[in-house]
Amino acid sequence: MTFLKVENLKVYYPVRGGFFRRVIDHVKAVDDITFELKEGETYGLVGESGCGKTTTGRTIIGLNRPTAGKIFFNDIELTKLKRRDFYQYRKDIQMIFQDPYSSLNPRKRVLDIIAEPIRNFEKLSPNEEKTKVMDVLEKVGLSPESIYKYPHEFSGGQRQRIGIARALTLNPKLIIADEPVSALDVSVQAQVLNFMKDIQKEFNLTYLFISHDLGIIRHMCDRIGIMYRGRLVEEGTKDEIFEYPQHIYTKRLLSSIPQMNPEERIQHTAFRRKVNEEFKNNYDKYFDAEGKIFDLKPISETHSVALP
Amino acid sequence: MTKQPLLQIKNLTTSFRIHDEYYAAVDNVSLNVNENEVLAIVGESGCGKSALALSIMRLHNELNTKLEGEVNFKGQNLLTLSTAEMNRYRGNEMGMIFQDPLTALNPLMRIGQQIEEAMKNHLNLSDAEMKARSLELLKKVGIPNPERTYLQFPHELSGGMRQRVVIAIAIACEPKFLIADEPTTALDVTIQAQILDLMRELQKQMKTGIILITHDLGVVAEMADRVAVMYAGEIVEIADVYTLFSNPLHPYTRSLFNSIPSAAEGSDRLHVIQGIVPSLKNLPRTGCRFASRIPWIKESAHEINPTLHEVEKNHWVRCTCYQDFHFPDDTEAVKYDIS
Repeated sequence: MTFLKVENLKVYYPVRGGFFRRVIDHVKAVDDITFELKEGETYGLVGESGCGKTTTGRTIIGLNRPTAGKIFFNDIELTKLKRRDFYQYRKDIQMIFQDPYSSLNPRKRVLDIIAEPIRNFEKLSPNEEKTKVMDVLEKVGLSPESIYKYPHEFSGGQRQRIGIARALTLNPKLIIADEPVSALDVSVQAQVLNFMKDIQKEFNLTYLFISHDLGIIRHMCDRIGIMYRGRLVEEGTKDEIFEYPQHIYTKRLLSSIPQMNPEERIQHTAFRRKVNEEFKNNYDKYFDAEGKIFDLKPISETHSVALP
Repeated sequence: MTKQPLLQIKNLTTSFRIHDEYYAAVDNVSLNVNENEVLAIVGESGCGKSALALSIMRLHNELNTKLEGEVNFKGQNLLTLSTAEMNRYRGNEMGMIFQDPLTALNPLMRIGQQIEEAMKNHLNLSDAEMKARSLELLKKVGIPNPERTYLQFPHELSGGMRQRVVIAIAIACEPKFLIADEPTTALDVTIQAQILDLMRELQKQMKTGIILITHDLGVVAEMADRVAVMYAGEIVEIADVYTLFSNPLHPYTRSLFNSIPSAAEGSDRLHVIQGIVPSLKNLPRTGCRFASRIPWIKESAHEINPTLHEVEKNHWVRCTCYQDFHFPDDTEAVKYDIS
């Protein structure tokens, strides 16, 4: 049984124009990607902004319609389900959003924010509901008395934990975390990341972790997929990607991370220049005639690269 | 060295008015920036780094901000100048690169006009000369098609290109001194690397003194010559970049380093700095300002009136608590702040 499988997923956005605003072209946000998640693992989806990583996450949770392709969750094809049948799977897949300042409704109390998913799926009395919300709040390290507060009364890290609490209320199996810490300061970031690791153990969660920060990805993920222009260019375990990157884009991405050692910065800059030159010169080795990325080919059991 | 520093900040205090009372966001800060030097200022948000930068350029609203101390630029105290006199420095000898390139640019003006704006005010050039120079600047910051970009509007450019334009504007009059306020925070890693390489190259060419404000220690390691760590409006540690990265001493600096999920090595848990940066109104004004966030360190370790101590040559640390500082062994014991 596969926990989550994304098969040949394509998401195209129509570009309209001309007479009668006909569809004249498509933006291929996600163009034929396939990957799998095992239960309990953390899969990282990395890439520059605009590479389609967020679209992928949103499509899995059902916020976008796929143009083509299939998504299987516990062997059930989500993409084929009717709206009403899909509804019950919403419970199992939850999302943590990027910006804790705009993902919480400023006019709702914490109680209403966190209870909203419960109200959709379970019939509880107001008192039961309150106890449940207080329970989750305590789990995320906020005081249970804060249920009557509003989001603006919290700091960024606390807000993000409210967002996480909301995602946890229905005991989901899969959490899609879309840049969960990029809006936060380093020290707060550490707090949220530690916390996400803790609850993963506690609830046996599976994460799809979307980020552009390779340091965080390395810290959090077991397996990593590198996306570029809507396609996967490389996929492998954390060590394979960071120690033996094969695709030139992966190398370029890795060489862009600022080195934490100031003594090595001259070598690092030189290395980065070399990789960038290689990227320019060997372009046709890694991309086909139309500049498209090749299909992934396995080079070992866990490691695949997009090479001709 | 008897040479006068390019920019000398002496006991600068910037206070903001909140309900008719002034609270210092930058508290008694003294700094020097030399020619051809990159000084990085690091800290969490809310610790006063941007307030300091804006004070140097005097960009705060003067009605509710009080500036005390001295900011000497080439021997001239900027704080005593009138607005008109100050405007002769802004954009001319002193440039600024802002954090968010989209809001820093005027959406209704063409790129060319925006670059020429500073030249119009400070340099005596004809229209043709200005255009030639703008194109040259755009080329210098690595924009592939300067003629086309010259006529474009900001929304037509990508984030990285916009930031290049912002840099082009900042260096239009060949400033001697630049403030870069989180210049790459809004950008992707690959673009960030390009912008940093570009800034370093330009800095070498023009021998500019730069204050680089950032919260990303990786960026500091790549760019800076010297580093000042700020916490709650004060400088808590200042040293050259090699010393600071190999031998960080102040508890705040060490906590910051331990909370980064470094791309180089993977430890399982990250260090969490307890609590949050105190807000301006609740800032402790006496004693070690970081004490409340390291409660496991005994009180006697802190100084009553913490001052900067020179622990080795040109390495200054505030307060004596660094001598007794250690991380809590049991990280679980200091879990999340229950508020």
